[in-house]
Amino acid sequence: MAEIEGIYIIWLREMKRFVRYRSRILTSVVTPLLWLLIFGTGLGSAIRFGGIPGGYQAFIYPGIIGQTILFTSIFSGVSVIIDRQYGFLKEILVAPIARPSIVFGKAIGISTTAVIQGIILLLLSFVVGVQMTPLIFIASILLMIPISVGLAGVGLLIASFTDSMEGFNLIMSFVVLPIFLLSGALFPVTGLPNFLQVTVYLDPLTYGVDALRHIILGQGAIPLHISVIVILVFAVVMVFLSALMFSKKEQELM
Amino acid sequence: MDYIIETNNITKKYGDFIAVNSVNLKVPNNSVYGILGPNGAGKTTLISMLCTILRPTGGSATVNGYDVVKNAREVRASIGIVFQSRALDDILTGREHLDMHASLYGVPGEIRKKRIDEVLDLIDLGEKADEYTKTYSGGMKRRLEIGRGLVHHPRVLFLDEPTLGLDPQTREKIWEYITKLNQEEDITVLMTTHYMEEADQLCDEVAIINQGKIIKSDSPINLKRELKADTITVKVNKPESFVQKVKTLDYVHKVFEDDSTIKLMVERGENLVPPLVNFANKNGIVVESIELQHPNLEDVFISYTGTSITEGR
Ligand SMILES: Nc1ncnc2c1ncn2[C@@H]1O[C@H](COP(=O)(O)OP(=O)(O)OP(=O)(O)O)[C@@H](O)[C@H]1O
Ligand SMILES: [Mg+2]
Repeated sequence: MAEIEGIYIIWLREMKRFVRYRSRILTSVVTPLLWLLIFGTGLGSAIRFGGIPGGYQAFIYPGIIGQTILFTSIFSGVSVIIDRQYGFLKEILVAPIARPSIVFGKAIGISTTAVIQGIILLLLSFVVGVQMTPLIFIASILLMIPISVGLAGVGLLIASFTDSMEGFNLIMSFVVLPIFLLSGALFPVTGLPNFLQVTVYLDPLTYGVDALRHIILGQGAIPLHISVIVILVFAVVMVFLSALMFSKKEQELM
Repeated sequence: MDYIIETNNITKKYGDFIAVNSVNLKVPNNSVYGILGPNGAGKTTLISMLCTILRPTGGSATVNGYDVVKNAREVRASIGIVFQSRALDDILTGREHLDMHASLYGVPGEIRKKRIDEVLDLIDLGEKADEYTKTYSGGMKRRLEIGRGLVHHPRVLFLDEPTLGLDPQTREKIWEYITKLNQEEDITVLMTTHYMEEADQLCDEVAIINQGKIIKSDSPINLKRELKADTITVKVNKPESFVQKVKTLDYVHKVFEDDSTIKLMVERGENLVPPLVNFANKNGIVVESIELQHPNLEDVFISYTGTSITEGR
C-alpha cells in the first residue's frame, strides 16, 4: 500500500512538472507540426511516394508521433540527472520506499506526459489528411504506452550511469538521434542496404513506428503482432534494468 | 541510559584517505547532540553513513536500534534529514513538498493533512506555503527542509549544518525552531556545525571532530569546565592588599592585575563568588564589583586541537 502511494506521488510530481513548464508543452506540439508541415511537404513534393493516400506527409505522421514520444521519454528520463544535481533525488532515495517503485513511478509519469503529447498529435491528424476513427485512436494510445515506458527506461538507465548534464550532447548524438533516424520514421524500412537494414531492425523504435503505421495507415513492413511483442518485451526489460541499476547504484546516486 | 544512536568504530575511507576514522558515538535519546568540527573534518561523511546514504568501509552503527547497513530501510523510516546542500524542487510549493514527503514515508492519509498543517505552523511559512519554493528566501527554504524532515514523526532528525550561509538573524530564528522542536516533539536531534556558538546554545552534548577523529565528547558545560579556566574579575577598594592575600588561597590558580581590576583564574567559578566576597570582607576589603566568565567552546577547541576552528579550513 505504501509502495503504491509512493509510486503515485512520484507520478504526480511528473505531472505537475509537465503542466507547470508550459513552454515545454508548446514546443512538444509545435516541433512535430513543423516536421510534418515543412519537412513532410518539402520532401513530399520532391519525391514520388505512391501507395498511401496523403503521400509522404501521411507516411511520416506515425513516425513523427514516434519521434515525439522518443524525445519526451528519453529526455525526461535523463532529467533525473538534474534532480540529482539539485539534490532532490537524495530526498527521494533516502525515503523508505523500494527503488523499483521509484523507477516505476517515474516511468509511468514520463509515459503519461509522452502519451498526452501523442494524443494531441492524434487529434491533429486532419492537418496531414489522415482519417482518425475512435478505434484507431484508442489502439494508438494503447500502443504508445509501452513504447514510452520502454524509452523512459532507456533514459533512466542512462541517467544512472551519468553524473552530469555534460553528457547531454553525447546522449543526443549517440542515443536519441540514431534511434530516431534508424526507426523508419522518415523512410520505408524495406529494401535498404544490408548494414542499414540490420541496424534498423535492432532499433526498438522501428517496431513502435511500424506498429503505429499499421494501425493508423493500415500498412506496415513488420507483422503487427511481432511489433507489439517486441515493444512489450522492450518496455518490461528496460524498466527492469533501470530498476536494477537504481537498486545497485543507489549509493552513487545519492 | 538509553542511546538512540550508537556507532562502533565506524570508518569511511576514500582510497587511502580516511575521512572518518573509527568513530564511537553514543547519542542519548531525546537529546540535541552536536558534532562540531572545521571544514573537511568528516561531519557530513559521518552523518551520511548514519543516514544510510554512504556505506561505511569499516565498523558499524545502529540508529533507533537498527543497523545502518543491514536494516537500511528501517533506519530510513526512523529518521528525518536536512542535507547540507539544498534539496528542494523549485517548481513545487512548500505544502507540496511536505505532502510528497508524507506519501514517500507512508504517513496515513487520514492524519496527513493535519500533520502538514501542524508542521507548517511550526515552521511559520505563512502564505508562502502555497507558492513555488523558487520564490523562497534562504531561511524559508531551510525552515521548509527542517519541517519536511519532521512530517513523518521521525525518532531522529539529522541536521547537517542547519544554519550554514544564513544571516545572523535567520540563524537565531532557526535556533529557536530547533529548541522548540526538541521541547514539543519526542525527538532526538543530531546536528553538525562549525559554529561554536550554535553548539554551545543548542546542544546537550557535543562531540568535537577533527580530521575524521572524535577528540572529545561531553556537555558544553563540562567541556568548558574541564579547561579549568574560569575567570573571576573583581574590583576592590584596596587592590594591593587584596592581591597579596588572595594569592594564598589554594583555589586561585593565577592572579592578573590590570589597573584597578584583578583577574583570578579558577575552576568552577560559580561556587567561588560568595567565598571570595566573604574573604575580602573578613580582611576589611570592600568588593565593588565581581564578575564570572566561563571559557567558550572556541577555547575548548583550541586546547584540544591546537588550532582555532576557523583556521582549520
Ligand atoms: N567522494 C569523496 N571522495 C574523496 N574524498 C571525499 C569524498 N567526499 C568527501 N571527501 C573528503 O572527506 C573529508 C571529509 O568531508 P566531509 O564532507 O565529511 O567534511 P565536513 O566536515 O562535512 O566539512 P564541511 O564543514 O565543509 O561540510 C574531506 O577532506 C573531503 O575532501
Ligand atoms: Mg559537511
